[in-house]
Amino acid sequence: MLENYLPILLFLIVGFGLGIVLFVLGYFIGPNRPNPIKGSPYECGFEAFEDARMKFDVRYYLVAILFILFDLEIAFLFPWAVALDGIGLAGFWAMMFFLAVLVAGFIYEWRKGALDWE
Amino acid sequence: MALSAELYYLIPEIILLSGACLVLVLDAVLGKEQWSFTYTLTQLLLLATAGAILFVDPGQAVTVLGGNFILDPLGVLLKVSICLVALPVFFYGHDYNLEHGLHKGEYYILGLFAILGMLVMASAGTLLTVYLGLELLSLSLYAMVAMNRDSRMASEAAMKYFVLGALASGMLLYGISMLYGATGTLQLAGLANAIAGQTDNTLILTFGLIFVIVGIAFKLGAVPFHMWVPDVYEGAPTSVTLFISSVPKIAAFAMAMRVLVDGMQPLAGDWQGMLIILSVLSMIAGNVIAIAQTNIKRMFAYSTISHVGFLLLGIIAARPAGYAAAMFYVLVYSLMSMGGFAMVILLGRKGKEADLLEDFKGLSERSPWFAFVMLILMFSMAGVPPFLGFWAKWFVIMEVIRAGFPMLAGIAVFFSVIGAYYYIRIIKLMYFDKPLEMKAIKSSRQMRTVLSLNALSLLILGLWPPLLMALCLKAIGL
Repeated sequence: MLENYLPILLFLIVGFGLGIVLFVLGYFIGPNRPNPIKGSPYECGFEAFEDARMKFDVRYYLVAILFILFDLEIAFLFPWAVALDGIGLAGFWAMMFFLAVLVAGFIYEWRKGALDWE
Repeated sequence: MALSAELYYLIPEIILLSGACLVLVLDAVLGKEQWSFTYTLTQLLLLATAGAILFVDPGQAVTVLGGNFILDPLGVLLKVSICLVALPVFFYGHDYNLEHGLHKGEYYILGLFAILGMLVMASAGTLLTVYLGLELLSLSLYAMVAMNRDSRMASEAAMKYFVLGALASGMLLYGISMLYGATGTLQLAGLANAIAGQTDNTLILTFGLIFVIVGIAFKLGAVPFHMWVPDVYEGAPTSVTLFISSVPKIAAFAMAMRVLVDGMQPLAGDWQGMLIILSVLSMIAGNVIAIAQTNIKRMFAYSTISHVGFLLLGIIAARPAGYAAAMFYVLVYSLMSMGGFAMVILLGRKGKEADLLEDFKGLSERSPWFAFVMLILMFSMAGVPPFLGFWAKWFVIMEVIRAGFPMLAGIAVFFSVIGAYYYIRIIKLMYFDKPLEMKAIKSSRQMRTVLSLNALSLLILGLWPPLLMALCLKAIGL
């Protein structure tokens, strides 16, 4: 029973080991020439020196949500494309139906103006 | 069975999904002027789905798609009821949305997707299908509650509902994973077999069962998992409250039947005990706290909680006749709750909701007929014969006695008497108090007709309860 977990143990050791080794190597070998600009905190799209609890545009969320939706769709398409030989016509039409549902959602967001920034 | 032959039994769901997508696209393409068109299309789609369910009805239990989908008499009756109850619900909702400037296509579209989720739940053959349907239902409901974006109350309600709902879904999934771990199957039928054959590993099964029951209790709104109910009922636009309070209850009952009865009947001894606690607490908290409410939507919320307590009594009996009584209860409840909220919609006017108890003062002087309609609804909810609500309570209490819990029946009777107070208080306000204003009630003729039929059905069906009961008994297989 317990020997089944040996690969996991090895995986943990290699994973942690690799992480530690790379970190240590980088610390000792890498060049270290800090300057004030490099050392300052940075956040994409915002002034970093404010209260973290500020208002920001809800459109960021909208874009992010839409991106995730249509990005995840690809995650379904790749295995489908690879396995298409085995799953036959039923598999083909299942995906076509799935895409049709997605297209309906796409038309909706487009018509509602979710894709217009202004 | 070939795939095409299997898909035959899914025609209703396929029609509803395709139709809902079509409505979504048409609504977006046609734009603002066509929302009544969206509404009409929604109603036609629901009728078509109900027709399709009756059309494919195999008359016996058929399992397709590798056990994921079951179509049996129970599923057929519940699914047809879900579609048919949704028809007047959307009708009332349409009236409200027009009056209060919430006339958006999304109300109907999200409603359709929620109904699709309910149909999936009612036909679920595995725990995963149950979860899939539940999530489709819940996500649509969260968005519907937040439909009125300018209202702080609605946003708050949606937020609470979403956070607590996500927590409950997590609990349910955790319970499902336990059950899967203990039995190695997700199929409800397989689960029942595995449980029946298992004697040594019952601890982990009971543990999983507890979490699954938490999930179900949350969706039903049973105490102590009821916290979201009053806030959501009060905060959401009345058209959405109307929807949440009626149709999904039928689906929640379907879920309880699928998971507890189809999947875990051998553990009945365990879940009976848990449900008794939930049921008694719901009857106590629902009926007692409702007395203190001044907002009628909140009052109905606590009334829902107490009705859920009664509904659970039928399941607690853990016998087919008890399940039929619980089913009768949930169908009757959805009719009553729908009528109650429709009255709130009827009295409300542009920009002002009639959601306080005092808005009902002197209704008999303003409109004797609608005071009478409300009287039927309130007497039915309180359980006064000969209205349908009395028979619903009668059947579940009888079943609980037959199953050997006379104490529980006593508690139920006691708290239904306490509950009668706040229903009859509304009748007193309507008939014995002076109205705050004498304005005549403005409403369309269709609204008056549908609401009157809604209330009269409680009286007429109540005069001959075996009519509806026969349907329920047949669906359970008695």
